[in-house]
Amino acid sequence: MKTPDKISPGEVTPPSVYLNRRKFLEAGILAASAVATGLVYRQLNHPGAGKVRTAKLANLTPAATGTDGTNAPNGFHADEPATSFENITHYNNFYEFSTDKEAVASAAANFDTKGWQVSVEGLVQKPKVFGIDELLKLSPPEERIYRMRCVEGWSMVIPWAGFSLSKLLEAVQPLDTAKYVAFETLLDTSRMPGQRDNVLNWPYVEGLRLDEAMHPLTLLASGIYGNALPPQDGAPIRLVVPWKYGFKGIKSIVKIKLVAAQPRTTWNEAAPNEYGFYANVNPEVDHPRWSQATEQRIGASGRRPTLPFNGYADQVEHLYADMDLRKNF
Amino acid sequence: MTDKNLRFARLLVLVNCAVPAVLLGWDAWHHQLGANPVNFAILTTGLLALIFLMLTLAVTPLRKLSGWNWIIFARRTLGLYAFFYASLHFLIFFCFDRSFSVSSTLSEMVKRQYLIYGSIGLFVMVPLAVTSTNAMIKRLGGKRWRALHRLAYVAGIAGVIHYYMQTKKDVRQPLVFMAILALLLVYRLVEYWGQRKPAQAAAMPVKPKTGA
Repeated sequence: MKTPDKISPGEVTPPSVYLNRRKFLEAGILAASAVATGLVYRQLNHPGAGKVRTAKLANLTPAATGTDGTNAPNGFHADEPATSFENITHYNNFYEFSTDKEAVASAAANFDTKGWQVSVEGLVQKPKVFGIDELLKLSPPEERIYRMRCVEGWSMVIPWAGFSLSKLLEAVQPLDTAKYVAFETLLDTSRMPGQRDNVLNWPYVEGLRLDEAMHPLTLLASGIYGNALPPQDGAPIRLVVPWKYGFKGIKSIVKIKLVAAQPRTTWNEAAPNEYGFYANVNPEVDHPRWSQATEQRIGASGRRPTLPFNGYADQVEHLYADMDLRKNF
Repeated sequence: MTDKNLRFARLLVLVNCAVPAVLLGWDAWHHQLGANPVNFAILTTGLLALIFLMLTLAVTPLRKLSGWNWIIFARRTLGLYAFFYASLHFLIFFCFDRSFSVSSTLSEMVKRQYLIYGSIGLFVMVPLAVTSTNAMIKRLGGKRWRALHRLAYVAGIAGVIHYYMQTKKDVRQPLVFMAILALLLVYRLVEYWGQRKPAQAAAMPVKPKTGA
C-alpha cells in the first residue's frame, strides 16, 4: 500500500495568492456581467439611426421666400432652421411598420413601391388610375418648407417636395356634389408588417373638406430635402396639411375618393374624444390626456409655444370662420 | 452562502443595476439619444423604474418558491434602484421638459391624470427609501416595517397605470407590466389566504367528540 505523498509546506497555496486568485475571478465575473447587462440594455433600448438613401428629384423649384426674406406670405417657406434629414427619417409615426417611432426606419427599409398606382375616383368627371410616374408628372415638384406639429407634442420643420393637391383634383374635375375628399393607405400585411397587429383599423384612412383639400398649402408630397420620399416618411406619395396635426398627413396613398359626406378617419374612429376630424393645430384645446400649449421642436432644446393653426392662421383661418373650434377639434 | 460570497453577490447586483444609468449618461453625453433625447431619457428611466419595482416585488415570492433564502439580500438594492430611476425620471421631466419651472411642473402634475398616478408612485417610494436601513428596520420593528413596505405594491400599481395612461395607442407593453404585477399580487393573496385558514382552524375550539 502506497501512502499518499506528503504535501510539503512549500506546495500549499499561500493565502495571499489564493486571495488574489479570488479577487481576479470576482473582477472577471463583475466585468463580464456588466458587459452582458449593457448589451441587453442596448438590445432592448436604442434610438433609431442609420443611413437612408433615395434618388435625387429632377427639376425641383426652390421655395420662394417673402419679399423681406422671411416667412413667405403664402406660407410656402417657413423661415426657421430645418430639422436634420437624419431626424426626419428616424422619428416617424407610421404604425403600418412599427408603433415605435425610432424603429420605423429599419422596419420600412425594404418597402418596395415599384408599380405603385393611385386610384382617383368617386364624384369626379374623369376618374382615373394613375401610375405613380404619370401622377408625379402632373406638375413639377416645388420645395415647400413647412412646420409639422405632431399631436403628441413634438414638431419639425421639413423641406418637402411636391405640388398642391388642387392640381390633381383639377385634373379629375370634381362634381358639384363632391364635398369631401377621402384618402386611403395601401393595405398589404406582407409589405406593411405592422398591419398584422390590430392597433388601428387597417387600412389607414383620412379625409379633408373639399375647400381644405383645394387650399394651395395642402401638398401631395413625393420628396424631402430634394430627394424622393424614403419609405418611413410615406413613399411614394403622401399628404401634408401643415396647419393640422401630423396624423392628417396620410402616407403611402393608393386611393383618393371624392365624396358627398364627411368620410371616416382612422384616429377619430380609434378614439373619438381624443382625435377629431378637423384636427387643426390649436394650443387652446388640449388633448384629453396632455397639453397642446407647447411643443418640443426636434433638434432644439426646451419646449416652445404652439401657434394657432401651427402658424398658418393668416392663410387658413377663413376656412373656419363660423365654426366652434372647441367642438370641431 | 458564505459571507464572502454574499458580499460579492451584493456588489454584483449593485454594479449591474447601475449599468443602464451609466449607458444612458454616456449616450446623452455623446448625443446618441435619437431625435427626441428628452423623451427618450424620460421613457427609458420610467421603464427602468418599473422593471426594478417588479424585480423588487419578485424577490420574496421567488425566495419562498425556490427555497433560496439568501436572495433576500438583493431586495433592498433593487428597491433603492427602483426609487433612483423613478427620481431620475421625474428630475429629467422637471429639468428638461418643464425647463426647471416649478409652476408648470406642479400644474401639469395635478391637471394630467397620468401624472397624478406617476406622482403617487414616486411619493409612496420616499418613506420606503428612508426606512430601508437596518437601523430603521430595528426602530420600526419587523411587523410595522413590513406593513409599511407593502406600499411597494401601491407604487407598482400606480406606476403601471401611469405608463398605461400615457401610451397613445399601442398598450401591449404596459399590459405586460400589468400582467406581471397581477401575478405577483395573486401570489401574495393566495399566500395570505393559505396562512389564514390554518390559523383560523387552530383558533377554533375543538368540538368535544360526542361518543356513542
